[in-house]
Amino acid sequence: MSELRRGLRPALRLGAAIAVLLAASPAAAQDGGIDKGDTAWVLVSSALVLLMTPALAFFYGGLVRRKNVLSILMQCFLCLSLMTILWVMFGFSLAFAPDALGGLVGGGDYFFLRGVTFEPWGSTTIPGQLFMVFQGMFAIITPALMVGAFAERMKFSAICLFMGLWLLLVYCPVAHWVWGGAGGFFGLGGDGALDFAGGTVVHINAGVSALVASLLLGRRQGYPTSTSPPHNLPFAVLGTGLLWFGWFGFNAGSALAANEQAVNAFVTTHVATAAAALVWGGLDWMRHKRPTLLGVITGAVSGLVAITPACGFVSPLGAICVGGGASLVAYFAVVKLKPRLGYDDSLDVFGVHGVAGIWGAIATGLWATSASPNSTVDGLFYGNPAQVLIQLKAVAFTIVWAAVVSFVLLKVIDLVLGLRVGEHEERIGLDLTEHREVAYTLVD
Amino acid sequence: MKYVIAIFQPDRLNDVMARLEQKEIHLVTVTNVMGRGRQKGVAAVYRSHKEAGSLLRKVKIEIAVNDEYLQQTIDAIVAGAHSGEIGDGKIFVLSLEECVRIRTSETGSVAIG
Repeated sequence: MSELRRGLRPALRLGAAIAVLLAASPAAAQDGGIDKGDTAWVLVSSALVLLMTPALAFFYGGLVRRKNVLSILMQCFLCLSLMTILWVMFGFSLAFAPDALGGLVGGGDYFFLRGVTFEPWGSTTIPGQLFMVFQGMFAIITPALMVGAFAERMKFSAICLFMGLWLLLVYCPVAHWVWGGAGGFFGLGGDGALDFAGGTVVHINAGVSALVASLLLGRRQGYPTSTSPPHNLPFAVLGTGLLWFGWFGFNAGSALAANEQAVNAFVTTHVATAAAALVWGGLDWMRHKRPTLLGVITGAVSGLVAITPACGFVSPLGAICVGGGASLVAYFAVVKLKPRLGYDDSLDVFGVHGVAGIWGAIATGLWATSASPNSTVDGLFYGNPAQVLIQLKAVAFTIVWAAVVSFVLLKVIDLVLGLRVGEHEERIGLDLTEHREVAYTLVD
Repeated sequence: MKYVIAIFQPDRLNDVMARLEQKEIHLVTVTNVMGRGRQKGVAAVYRSHKEAGSLLRKVKIEIAVNDEYLQQTIDAIVAGAHSGEIGDGKIFVLSLEECVRIRTSETGSVAIG
């Protein structure tokens, strides 16, 4: 976690710790005022992160069959709207207010944005409202990532309920443990767990919950023989390109300042993604005698996922290892593990976000180096093996919480609403049966 | 009057059209269709999973001709679509009962050309 993020709790609660952090990051000290450059960068970053959700919609939308493309876009737009309102009302406070329930979540201090002002947030030089909206964009895309797991068969009403509760009961607590200054048993950030931009909070969290959802929902009709091919691969490529673009806001924006650490995060994000795309393409070329486009873009997304926790802490060369390794582990998960276990994670949310996310969290503990700007922590390859154990603990906490709470939520929603559309509706497609629309016409 | 339906490889459409043109057969309806024959399609790789062949893109042309034009129509299609490879396609010939030109309400052989 960036040092800036570590100083997020109100000064009164942090006391001496904040003074230490301020001394360690002189850029943040400037009379405790607002820095125009930092504010401008985080404003732009917030917009970049917002764009990732429509980008994800096209990435996923292109990969499903044409009868379900609108349902995917709709589910992503649901996240854009529903998560925004929930975040403003409760979510931000549950993630970033001072501890409640022994550090399990934040309290209600910031419900309805009470006390979230235009004054500098914590030890940062950006306004509290800007920090809130930047974090809100993360709260939008994280549940949207799960859409790929239950694509083509889940009821829209059940999705609305699940997504909303998931944000408040799964995302917000984990964000609080890692970034929100949680104390006590849950204080992963306080422990020294490194998660620069959301490897645990965003990707492991969503990936593991996605696996649980795909197991509980069961396979699509006709899986695996007649659920392919993707109906519009160019959409998926467009979506991936826009994700890559938006990810610069996600990762470099997480420095919360326009400083050297942001530049480092920008460079490592870019390098890791490129390496991951090459590795997946190469694997396809070797195994199937042809490099496939879907393989290359899947590799790129795996690289983006894996570098997310690491981007502020590793060097560009370390990023090549993080990204290349991400494609190797995600390839194994998607090509070997999924068919062997037989679950139908429609668009490989677990394989790509869960597995590459876990890899990224561990790899951060391997390649982190205090030579990176504004960074003080070394990983295993720089003489600090203990960091790997700290990372593993954060991974384990996140996996257990995400799996257990998602399981309970889905079971309850199944009893109340039912999770899955009927056999006939699934056959006809969700666009027409759930939304009364079709994406493409055959005649004018 | 005959009704000729030919289904063949999409990359051969321009060749077939050129051959028909040479024989002065200008009236053609073309459709994109999906289909498969004994070759069962080509395997594809999606997200690194190899998948068995499914339906393939083909093109279908339909031509109504008077009996004296039938053989040259068939010859033109065969000449344009033939590669000798498996999957070159098929030609079906049906008897045509009636033809009406909508603009003039003419019927029969005169309405075809």
